[in-house]
Amino acid sequence: MLLSNLKNPPGFRITKHVGLVIGNTIRAKHIGTDIVAGLKNVVGGEITGYTELLSESRNQAIKRMANSAKRAGANGIVNVRLGTAMLMGGAAELYAYGTAVVVEAEQADVAD
Amino acid sequence: MSLIRLVARLILVVVGGIAGCFAESKHYRQLRRREAAPGPTLTNLKRLPRGLVAARTFMCVGSVVIASDYAKSFAGAFESLIGGEVTQLETLIDRGQRESLQRLRDQAAAHGAAIVLNIRLETAVIGQGAEIIAYGTGVKLAN
Repeated sequence: MLLSNLKNPPGFRITKHVGLVIGNTIRAKHIGTDIVAGLKNVVGGEITGYTELLSESRNQAIKRMANSAKRAGANGIVNVRLGTAMLMGGAAELYAYGTAVVVEAEQADVAD
Repeated sequence: MSLIRLVARLILVVVGGIAGCFAESKHYRQLRRREAAPGPTLTNLKRLPRGLVAARTFMCVGSVVIASDYAKSFAGAFESLIGGEVTQLETLIDRGQRESLQRLRDQAAAHGAAIVLNIRLETAVIGQGAEIIAYGTGVKLAN
């Protein structure tokens, strides 16, 4: 499945626009990570525990978006946008949305 | 506030501030080294420069979740009273953005990209910290 945040990815021609697809995940806080984050607040810098957690969730959201597109008969998603929103209770929502399309490779020797 | 708590707070601020300072300069050294190293070109262009042909395109993402250190939050409280630039947060966000761009670059390089197009940067507040993400379309060239 082609994924791109461009409207017209190079090397591909869009033959059909299928529609908007969305994927999202909601991630709750983790007590252990929160304690480390509280400590990190003293020194400052990156909270690696949360970075990994959110990164995993984001990949899951992108996968869900890709599955929606596949079910709708598309083989690519263009103009993908990612976002993060904080919800009540300290949970975070990670979302990805884009336009599902049917693409074909522009040249015979272009792979994938 | 009792004297003990005040002293404890001050110690945390000083220790946090000093440790944070060291961590910051070390991180900046690493960033400068990684930015100067050869690898994919990062752009927010929408098209490939003329003459280049794409063989493969894929999404790349780099992200960082950051927390401010105690000293910065403390100083921030004062500065928020008088208004103006929030200078102590500038370096934190700057580091976060540059770090997430380097992670994006690493992911693009792992897939063989020579250039990354249409890079977008987003910042989201999450609890005590912020998440900074950089995402774009990596392009592996045909030649």
